[in-house]
Amino acid sequence: MTVTDEPSTESAGYKYVGTRSIRPDGLDKVTGRAKFGADLTLPGMLEAAVVRSPHAHAEIVSIDTSEAMKIEGVKAIVTGADFPDPAEQGLHPSDQDVANNIIARDKVLYDGHVVAAVAATSRQAARAAAKAVNVTYKVLPHVMNVDEAMADGAALLHPNMKTKGVDPPAEEPSNVASRIVHERGELDQGFANADAVVERTFTTKPVHQGYIEPHACVADTGADGRSNIWVSSQGHFAMRTYTSKVVGVTTSMLKVIPAEIGGGFGGKTVIYLEPLAYMLSKKAGRPVRVVMDRAEVFRASGPASGTKIKVKMGANSAGEITAAEIWMAFEAGAFAGSPVGAAGMTVIAPYDIPHFVVEGFDVVVNKPKVAAYRAPGAPMAAFAVESVVDDLAAEIGMDPIELRLKNAVVEGTEASYGPKFPKIGFVETLDACKEHPNYGEPLGPNQGRGVAAGFWFNAGMNSSATIHVNDDGTVTTVVGSPDIGGSRASMALFTAEELGIGLERIKPVVADTETVGFNDVTGGSRVTLATGQAVVEACRAIKTDLIRRAAKTWKMEADQVEWVDGQAQAKDGSQPPLSLAAIAGKMARTGGPISANASLNARGVGAAFSTQVCDVEVDPETGQVTILRYLTAQDAGRAIHPAYVEGQLQGGVVQGIGWALNEEYVHNDDGVLENPSFLDYRIPVASDLPMIDTIIVEVPNPGHPYGVRGVGEVGIVPPLAAVANAIKAATGKRLVDLPMSPMKVLEAIDGTDS
Amino acid sequence: MSRTQVTCTVNGDQVDFLTLDDESLLNALRDEVGLTGVKEGCGTGDCGACSVLLDDAVVCSCLVFAREAEGATIVTVEGMADGDHLHPLQQTFLEGAALQCGVCTPGFLVAAKALLDRNPDPTETEVRYALAGNLCRCTGYDKIVRATLEAARELQEARA
Repeated sequence: MTVTDEPSTESAGYKYVGTRSIRPDGLDKVTGRAKFGADLTLPGMLEAAVVRSPHAHAEIVSIDTSEAMKIEGVKAIVTGADFPDPAEQGLHPSDQDVANNIIARDKVLYDGHVVAAVAATSRQAARAAAKAVNVTYKVLPHVMNVDEAMADGAALLHPNMKTKGVDPPAEEPSNVASRIVHERGELDQGFANADAVVERTFTTKPVHQGYIEPHACVADTGADGRSNIWVSSQGHFAMRTYTSKVVGVTTSMLKVIPAEIGGGFGGKTVIYLEPLAYMLSKKAGRPVRVVMDRAEVFRASGPASGTKIKVKMGANSAGEITAAEIWMAFEAGAFAGSPVGAAGMTVIAPYDIPHFVVEGFDVVVNKPKVAAYRAPGAPMAAFAVESVVDDLAAEIGMDPIELRLKNAVVEGTEASYGPKFPKIGFVETLDACKEHPNYGEPLGPNQGRGVAAGFWFNAGMNSSATIHVNDDGTVTTVVGSPDIGGSRASMALFTAEELGIGLERIKPVVADTETVGFNDVTGGSRVTLATGQAVVEACRAIKTDLIRRAAKTWKMEADQVEWVDGQAQAKDGSQPPLSLAAIAGKMARTGGPISANASLNARGVGAAFSTQVCDVEVDPETGQVTILRYLTAQDAGRAIHPAYVEGQLQGGVVQGIGWALNEEYVHNDDGVLENPSFLDYRIPVASDLPMIDTIIVEVPNPGHPYGVRGVGEVGIVPPLAAVANAIKAATGKRLVDLPMSPMKVLEAIDGTDS
Repeated sequence: MSRTQVTCTVNGDQVDFLTLDDESLLNALRDEVGLTGVKEGCGTGDCGACSVLLDDAVVCSCLVFAREAEGATIVTVEGMADGDHLHPLQQTFLEGAALQCGVCTPGFLVAAKALLDRNPDPTETEVRYALAGNLCRCTGYDKIVRATLEAARELQEARA
């Protein structure tokens, strides 16, 4: 293990990997040249506006577009009737849900659900026409949280939906889409072995990913149905697949071109606008740009689930957790598919517990369909369990890090969700926090310290990369993974390390769907691991080719040549070395262009753990919580670019602090979102925060050529509980409902909470 | 819909454009002047991504009518570098990894420039409050604050 400010470039024998290089796309981003989703204009391009439901749940009785079409400049209007029927197309049920979320047909399922879209020669005309589209609704009763949705006699969103995963099979329809269970041992035995038992119920509200760039795209569709679509997304291949299904064409008809992406955090792994732009463009015969405004982003794009979670856990006086019983219900939004499955797998994954039952429910409600948000499902689950673990530590009088160390999973432990852990670094993150000066800082009145831990799987999945050696010996590294947080820097570092050439000679590129092999979305903390592995494999193929060409030039066998520091060398020293530029300059004579592809489904995924320590001060007069200090220790496996690893750690923590203290969707009694703006949905600002202290722990992942684990997500898992535990330490009060806004904290202090 | 002609100075160049009465300076800069470095994150003055200097004051260009720019001097992120020579803030943001996705970066750079123009030696707290009108969802602000403090140091050394 290595725990330093500057991770192990030299000790690991690397020259480039582990350095803080300047990112290749950085100059464009500090000078305003970088082109994001809304920045593209095409000749003749139309602007669009979207008509959205003002009701949480209603039948669409009729849509009259005649007045809207009369407005000067309006060129096309589409409604659900312009799209192929998802059921008649025979789409998979989950793809039918995607299609029905893009544009409603018979009924609207949430405030903000798309009903129609307009394209016109100006924004003003498009907006005026959108207002002039006359939709008649028959309002239906709505359900807004899991209690309402699961109640007997609840209004049903989908009259044919029956709960999966129950025995006997469900006969009656309900709002519960599915049930999951994980269990081990004998729960009664586990609780009988406990000296302390804590049982609590927690709730969390939907929160939004809060990326600063609203969703945007441009489509240019021909009468034959072929289309070029420019998107800001976490995966333009996925956008192509989804869009092709919704509009009813083959994937080869669509060329999808990635713009720079202004933040996603999971929320841009799904489509919202692309099929609308496609159809409007087809109908109008001109390119169409569709851009959400911020209110649309909040009303209609992916929040994370609101949840209700009940936890009962027991521990013996030695600090061993003996049993855990967990019940959780996750809001899916208007269509099935909350991350309750991942929540169930992660909820007690950091601990080796002999007896447990974890039961989870995926519940539809009249809110926008949830989307992935950084370690989807895990933060809410960890909020509940890490709060109870903290209470258990207090009950038996043990330091909270010690209690976690006593139960921590290690290499070989059978995870609560099934497989045995390979080499992992959870204990190392706990030790790193225990030894950090922050953990010993004295605290004053009204101040408290909270500890929490978190786990996330990380993902592998499909990636492709192509390496081109250019005629002057420079290299183009082509990937298809949108760069959301500096991945081009990592791809350049891998290329430099493998080929032994300077970063200034490498240009990493994120290419469109017709220029590079398939890539899954930038998500699951997977790009440095999986796309990085594709780059490494392609570079190694290039090296083999370069060695072969040098050997051919020297009339030697390839095994007599090696690649050292960016040049081919004869092992016997009989030849002057050949640089990459020298070989590239004569490529025609040694076999033609020098290129290599690698396409793979990355399997060697390395799990991520994070331990965090939060210090707060609570104002007893106002209930205001101030973060005094924050420490996060996370196992990165290997930090390819330490500065951007720190950035991921810090960004995840601060999103978690916002979730803990401020952020929530507020719906009124009619099911209408009341705070769809950054004024009323308050994400953390610079003056809310201290510096976020980071410790990069490096326990290399044996499944990756450089030991990478992936760092993007796990950092958001512990903060909700870390903040709650710090508030408990400061006030003696256990808060169980997020967000822990000043009013709730004050009510807890004053004893007026229920 | 009648349009008004507006003449102003943008990044040192005289610029003329026609605008509707209710059009924002943000949209005029992006659509009429072609400066797409000015970003829309909210359109309601809450995120700061559209920050520009309007006669040396940092403003959310989404909250200013384009016709209010008549005769004004405007600086956007595109006008911060001196030819090939980056502004020290641009350089320290690059070197300090103070951006991830980069969409908020133009607004932060403009707001940070406004701060350092009026307060060349800010404390960390002053930096945090001066940048509190700019939202970043990626970084947690740590590296943005550090890069701003570092640029202040470099600017002071250059003056000394």
